[in-house]
Amino acid sequence: MEAFGLLLHGFAVLLTWKTLVLMMVGLVLGIFVGVLPGLGGPNGVAILLPLTFTMDPTSAIVMLSCIYWGALFGGAITSILFNIPGEAWSVATTFDGYPMAQQGRAAEALTAAFTSSFIGSLVAVLLITFLAPMISSFALKFGPPEFFAVYLLTFCSFVGLGREAKHKTVISMSLGLLLAGIGMDTVSGNLRMTFGSPELLRGINFLVAVIGLFGISEILLTMEERLALRGHAASISLRVVLGVWKDLPKYWVTLLRSSFIGCWLGITPGGAIAASFMGYNLAKRFAKEPESFGKGRIEGVFAPETAAHASGTSALLPMLALGIPGSGTAAILLGGLMVWGLNPGPLLFVEHKDFVWGLIASMYLGNVVGLVLVLTTVPIFASILRVPFAAVAPMIVVSCAIGAYAIQNAMFDIWLMLGFGIVGYVFKKIGIPLAPFTLALVLGNRAEDAFRLSMIGSGGNLKVFWSNGLVGSITTLAIVLLFWPVIDRLLAGVGLTHRTRTTS
Amino acid sequence: MSQTDLEIVVDDPTAPEDDSPSVVSSGTIEIVVCLLLLALALTLGYDNWRTGASWDATGPEPGYFPFYLSIILGGGSLYGLIVAMLARRASSGTFVTRAQGRRVLAVFVPTLLFCLVTQFLGLYVASFLLISGFMRFVGKIPLWKSLLTALVFTAIMFVTFDIAFDVIMPKGPLEAAFGH
Repeated sequence: MEAFGLLLHGFAVLLTWKTLVLMMVGLVLGIFVGVLPGLGGPNGVAILLPLTFTMDPTSAIVMLSCIYWGALFGGAITSILFNIPGEAWSVATTFDGYPMAQQGRAAEALTAAFTSSFIGSLVAVLLITFLAPMISSFALKFGPPEFFAVYLLTFCSFVGLGREAKHKTVISMSLGLLLAGIGMDTVSGNLRMTFGSPELLRGINFLVAVIGLFGISEILLTMEERLALRGHAASISLRVVLGVWKDLPKYWVTLLRSSFIGCWLGITPGGAIAASFMGYNLAKRFAKEPESFGKGRIEGVFAPETAAHASGTSALLPMLALGIPGSGTAAILLGGLMVWGLNPGPLLFVEHKDFVWGLIASMYLGNVVGLVLVLTTVPIFASILRVPFAAVAPMIVVSCAIGAYAIQNAMFDIWLMLGFGIVGYVFKKIGIPLAPFTLALVLGNRAEDAFRLSMIGSGGNLKVFWSNGLVGSITTLAIVLLFWPVIDRLLAGVGLTHRTRTTS
Repeated sequence: MSQTDLEIVVDDPTAPEDDSPSVVSSGTIEIVVCLLLLALALTLGYDNWRTGASWDATGPEPGYFPFYLSIILGGGSLYGLIVAMLARRASSGTFVTRAQGRRVLAVFVPTLLFCLVTQFLGLYVASFLLISGFMRFVGKIPLWKSLLTALVFTAIMFVTFDIAFDVIMPKGPLEAAFGH
C-alpha cells in the first residue's frame, strides 16, 4: 500500500514538539470558538488564520485543521449541557442530548457525542487516506475543460440541490464570482471593475470577505437574541466513559449508517447540517421503538454526531484532491493554502507530499488528542459560557480586525470587512445563503481561467465541454443537477417516483 | 452518579423584549437589496462592456466572463425583486424589531468607531477603547474589570502578533512614543 507508507511519512513529519504544541493550541482554541456563542467553525478558522501567516505551511495547516476539529467537538458541549446548538449541525444533537442532561446523564451524553464524533471523523479520514490520492492522480489528466466542468458541477449542485430559494442561490453565487474578478485580470493583465480606485487594484481578498461575512455579521446576529442561558455542569469520569464504550458495539449499525451518510454529504456539497438531520431521522426510522427518540436516547446522540463529523471531515477530500472545497470551512482552509503559496488541486499530492500527508496524519492524531482533551476538560469549557457576551463581543471584533488587516497590511481591508459584515447580516436575515458566495469567491478566478483557457483552446466553441466522454458526462451531470427540481417534478408527474412531496 | 450536577446560569438583563414593535419588514429589505444588487449588476456590466466583453484575436477579452455574470446577477435580482413585490401583498415577517435594532446598533456603532480610531490612533489603542468602553457602557460591567480586561487582552494581542509572530498592525502616536 503506497498510501500507508506515505501516511507513516506524514506521521514522521508531524511528530516534532513544535507541531504537537501547535496541535494542542489549535484544539483548545477550536473548542473555545465552538463553545462561545456567536462563533463557530468557519468564523474561528477565519479569525485565527492570521496567526499562521508566518508559519511554514505544514505547521499552519495542522494548527488550522485542529481549530476546525476543536470547533466540531465544542459544538456538542453547548448542545447537550445548555440546549444551545453552538453550530447549526449540532441542532439534531440537542434532541436527545439535552433530555439526557436533564435526567442527570450529561456525562454519558457528552461521552457518546465525543466518541461518535471521533468515529465519524475516523471513517472519513480513512476514506481520505485511500481515496484522495486516487482521485488526484486521476485528476492529473484533467485539462482546462475538465476542470471547468468540475467547477460547473459544484456550482450547479448548489443551485439545484440547495434548500434555499433558487434565485437567491444564483444571486449569491454570481455576486461571489463577480467580486472575485475585481482587480487585475490574470490572463490578460488588464484592470477591470476597479473604477480607477487604487484600493480595488488588489482585488477583494477572499479572507477579508469571509471574516466580515462570518465573524462580524455573526456578532450582530447574536446580539439580537436573548443571551441568557441555564444549563448543567458536568465532569466526565473514567467509569462513565468505559460504560459508554462497552455498549458501543450494540450501536454499530447506527454508527456505520451515519458515517456513510456523512461521508457522502460531505463530499457532495450537502454539508454537515443536512447530514446530522438525515443521520438522526434514519436512526429514528429504523429503530424498534421510534417514539422513545427525543426523550434522551443515546442513539439520538450517536447518529447526528457521527454524521456531522464524517461530513465535516470528508468535506476536505474534494478540497485536497481537486481543489474544490466541500464546505464553507473547507473553502476558508483553501484560502489559507493560497496565502501560504500552495496551489490547491491534484498537483498538491505530487509537489507537496510532506504537506498533504502531514495534514492527513494530523487528522488522525488531532482527533485522538481532541477526544482525550474534551473528555478531560469539559467542565472548564462549559464554564466559559459564564463570561459575559459584552466582554466577548468586542474581543471578537478586535480579532476580526487584526485578521483582516494582517492579510495584506491594508487599512482599506478593515473597512471592507465591516462592509461585508453588514452584507452578511442582511443576507442571512433575508435568506440569501452565504456558502455559495464563499465558494464562488474562492473559486472565481480559477473557474474563469479554466473557462477562458478551454475557450482559447477550442477557438470559442462551447462544444469543447462535450469533446470527450469524461468532460461530457461531468458537464451533462452539472446541467441535470442545475435543473434537478424541474426534472424531479416532471418525473413525479409521469409517476416514476412515488415520493410524497412536503411543501414548506 | 459520578457527576457533579451544578447549574450554570447566565442572565441577560438587556435582552430585547419579545413584544417589541417591528421597525421594517423582511419584504421591504428584500426589495431594497434586490434594487441595490440590480444597480451593482448594471454598473459592473457596463464597466465590463467598456473593458471589452467580446472576442479578439487571442480569445475572450477581460470583460467577457464577468459581463455574462453581471447579466446573471441582474436577472437573479430582477426575479427576486418581482417575487418580493408580489409577496409584499401577503404578510411578510419582521426583519428587525425596535429592541433588536437597538442592540444591533449598540455593537455596530462602536465597531464603526473602532475602525475610525484604528485609522488614526492605531489598532491597539482602538482595541483598548473598544473593549473597555463596550464592557462598561453596553455590558454594565464594573469599571475596573472593564479596564483590566481591555488592558490584558490588548497586551496579549500586541505580544502575540507584533512581537511573537511578527504580524505588524497599524500603530499611532502612542506606540511611536514608546519607540514601536
